Amino acid sequence: MESGNLELQYFLSGITKGSIYAVVAIGFNLIYSATGVLNFAQGEFVMLGGMVAVTLARFVPLPVALAGAVVIVALVGCLLEILFFRRLQRHSILHLVIITIGLSIVLQEIALHLWDEKVRSLPYFTGNEISTLKFLGAAISPQVLWVLATVAVIVVLLHIFLKYTLPGRAMRAGSSNPSAAMLAGINIANMRTLAFGLSAAIGALAGCVISPITMTHYEMGAPLAIKGFAAAIVGGLGNPMAAVLGGLMVGVLEAYSVSRLPAAYSDVTVFAVLLLVLFVRPHGFWGRPGGESVREH
Amino acid sequence: MALLEVDNVRHSFGGLVAIDRVSFEVAPGQIKSVIGPNGAGKTTLFNIVCGLLRPDSGNIRFGDRAITGFKPYQIARAGVSRTFQNPSLFLQMNVLENVMVGRHCRTRWEFLGCGVRWPGQPKEEAAIREAAQAQLEYVGLAHLAECPAGALAFGERRMVELARALATEPQLLLLDEPGSGLNTREKADLGRMIRRVRERGVTILLVEHDMTLVMDLSDAILVLHNGARIAEGTPSEIQNDANVVRVYLGGEMNHAAAS
Amino acid sequence: MKPRLKPGLPFVLLAAALAIVPWILRRAEMEYCLTQLTMSLYYAIVVLGLCLVMGYAGQVSLGHGAFFAIGGYTSAVLTTCDVSKWQTAAWLGWIKQSPFCIAREDLFGNPILTVSPWAAFFAAMALTFVVANLIGYPALRLRGHYLAMATLGFGMIVHKVILGTAFTGAADGINGVPEWNLGLGLTVSGKRPLRIENYFIAGGLLLLLLVLLHNLVRSRVGRALQAIHDRETAANAMGINTALYKLKTFVLSALMAAMAGVFFTHYTAGIGPSEAGAFKSVRYVALAAAGGMSSLWGVTGMSTLLNYMSLRGLFGSYDNAVFGLLLIGIVSLAPEGPLKPLARLVRRLAGACRPPNAAQPDAARPNNGLEGRPRHGAA
Repeated sequence: MESGNLELQYFLSGITKGSIYAVVAIGFNLIYSATGVLNFAQGEFVMLGGMVAVTLARFVPLPVALAGAVVIVALVGCLLEILFFRRLQRHSILHLVIITIGLSIVLQEIALHLWDEKVRSLPYFTGNEISTLKFLGAAISPQVLWVLATVAVIVVLLHIFLKYTLPGRAMRAGSSNPSAAMLAGINIANMRTLAFGLSAAIGALAGCVISPITMTHYEMGAPLAIKGFAAAIVGGLGNPMAAVLGGLMVGVLEAYSVSRLPAAYSDVTVFAVLLLVLFVRPHGFWGRPGGESVREH
Repeated sequence: MALLEVDNVRHSFGGLVAIDRVSFEVAPGQIKSVIGPNGAGKTTLFNIVCGLLRPDSGNIRFGDRAITGFKPYQIARAGVSRTFQNPSLFLQMNVLENVMVGRHCRTRWEFLGCGVRWPGQPKEEAAIREAAQAQLEYVGLAHLAECPAGALAFGERRMVELARALATEPQLLLLDEPGSGLNTREKADLGRMIRRVRERGVTILLVEHDMTLVMDLSDAILVLHNGARIAEGTPSEIQNDANVVRVYLGGEMNHAAAS
Repeated sequence: MKPRLKPGLPFVLLAAALAIVPWILRRAEMEYCLTQLTMSLYYAIVVLGLCLVMGYAGQVSLGHGAFFAIGGYTSAVLTTCDVSKWQTAAWLGWIKQSPFCIAREDLFGNPILTVSPWAAFFAAMALTFVVANLIGYPALRLRGHYLAMATLGFGMIVHKVILGTAFTGAADGINGVPEWNLGLGLTVSGKRPLRIENYFIAGGLLLLLLVLLHNLVRSRVGRALQAIHDRETAANAMGINTALYKLKTFVLSALMAAMAGVFFTHYTAGIGPSEAGAFKSVRYVALAAAGGMSSLWGVTGMSTLLNYMSLRGLFGSYDNAVFGLLLIGIVSLAPEGPLKPLARLVRRLAGACRPPNAAQPDAARPNNGLEGRPRHGAA
């Protein structure tokens, strides 16, 4: 294969990974906008989505399994909000973030004991693991197209939802000025539940579409959460569309550094670039400087 | 020679010019007020003098030093202290500790010395406590020393903030609307307090909306409008200034003239 | 207002409690527990340093595992790397005579020449100092989640570099780190006969640092840090160099983590890359939060206890689950840590026992009877 195609191959693999990071970062952003909290359990939603879908797929057709997984994980997300974040009004942001870390650990352990430590995966949505499509000389799996298409649809639908629908607008209002939104008759608590449910659903869907490529494993959540966090930060918190660009940047950077450096150093490049970005632009590329700070009380 | 000299200072937020080439001086021992309608740039001017904002151009001199571009902590060390429009106490501490923070820039023991209680450090600590206690007594709140700062009434917070500012041993004290949110009796107390502070030899620069208080206290007044200086002079000169009357048409100016 | 209890009394009590533990364990024939206890005491030092950063200066660091690893690895590399390879170098003759090097035998009995543990310790501290300043200076200008990400990213970089580098042993880590003769007849070593001695070294070090931090937070510096935490703008306007203080605090806690790393490495005779991992760093932050963040005692106690239970494997395969649940439970039910509500309870009980006219009329004022206790948060 000539080198130009190899470059393209790396680029496409970067875009694939990056689009998953983007989805995780969008999930971070939705919850961050609604609550000010970074939900470290976001990666767990992706893992749960894959796990539930794999299990369901044994009994029902694949599309039903996917839908079922998304709904179940969305309910889990809503439940977490109702059980924890709704009650802890007086807690600081930092405390709430710590609680999401605890939730992430617990969800992971639940997955370990509910399933096991085996690696599983969904079948390829179309074709199988050896079927490829030629694209400008690069070979890509049809599943990659599924991933890219799904992410694109998620981004477009989310954009429409936030911009043009009433609940979406209410959510944005609630994030930019909670007390004013409350005075305008918006139920902030329900908006938060919605944000958790939505971001869990998005995560679960992402977990399903990547399952055939990257496999599903009970420990896959935390690394995804860290990369997604990085993507959200590079893009700038509070801006879901910036998160998409952030995710793609992280993914492509990772793929290219794998091609240039020893594999062990791939993350080093990603995080080194992340630090540089932060030191030059303290609020990411498209974040707004604000009074946000982690306070204890 | 002037204690504070603001020369041709300009500051803009994005495209909005908040302070437009303002110059003025504050003489030692003076009480000088800055007045103007809402949005005239008074608080911005304060924030520039105390280093929270950096002017786009212009110079600020304090005593014989140029302090343009200094960080707030450097300006505090140089001898300029301030209070905030909304009392900005450290709510996790008690009242005495709040005032003790004011002693920070006049004391010297750092991390290592404090950690090992190096000889001399406990002594300094005791001196800090004593000085803070004295400031609290000065503003008449010694009985609240152990009270959490968050439990204070609004007027008390103002006074604690004043005590904290005085604890830094300032030569110049900036008071940002000290009268807002106070009732008539508290305002009268405040006026007396500001005079007493001046008698200690502290120069005072004041932003205030209450014209009774301003006309009563000030030796000189600077009037800002839309970020520009429109008048400067003694209270009686200002009351009779045509420009000022026009800016304040109706509202506060009538009230001030009546006093 | 004179405190009824001597301010040093809690420390004396803690020292006494630490001292009788080995005696109790010997009675119960459970001396083997001391090994895990010693390790958790070293981990507690890291969390204690973090407590200063989070609870007092109000910053957050998800990179403290990396500082622990920098300390441990520097010392492990220097004390195991045979420098006699460079026998031909002229300066080696001088180095050999100096106290910087010691000749010893490796695991297989071959004579080797390595850097002495004390020299390695100082090298580790110096390296940590430099790295902490380099990372802290730009990172501490960031706020909230951005600071968290920057420190997490730094930790990931250190972790991956250790994993990908040959001389740090890659995924295997470094083994065969020699014991460390501290002088005064004390040796940091995992050997069985030295178990009690090492427990006391760890306990003594923790106690020493606890006293230092306790003094620090109740001084002008501690007040300044809390002022920064509360209202950074006002703190700056009161003459506190907020940026410098945040940096100094960060560096101090990084040095504490690295120091714990050095001792730990000599104690366990090795170190692995997982010490630098994100999970460890996050765990330190979680432990600090569970202990109440600004409560030095709560943080020390909580992190020693939870780490000990983890290391002993008390919950078997449910270890992580239990840790997660405890974390959620403690942080959601007692965000100030377990000690402050406990102190309030004691105070209320004490108040109930007192005749009604002697009770304090103003509930807002602290009770004198508890003055000797550290006043968490407001100290």
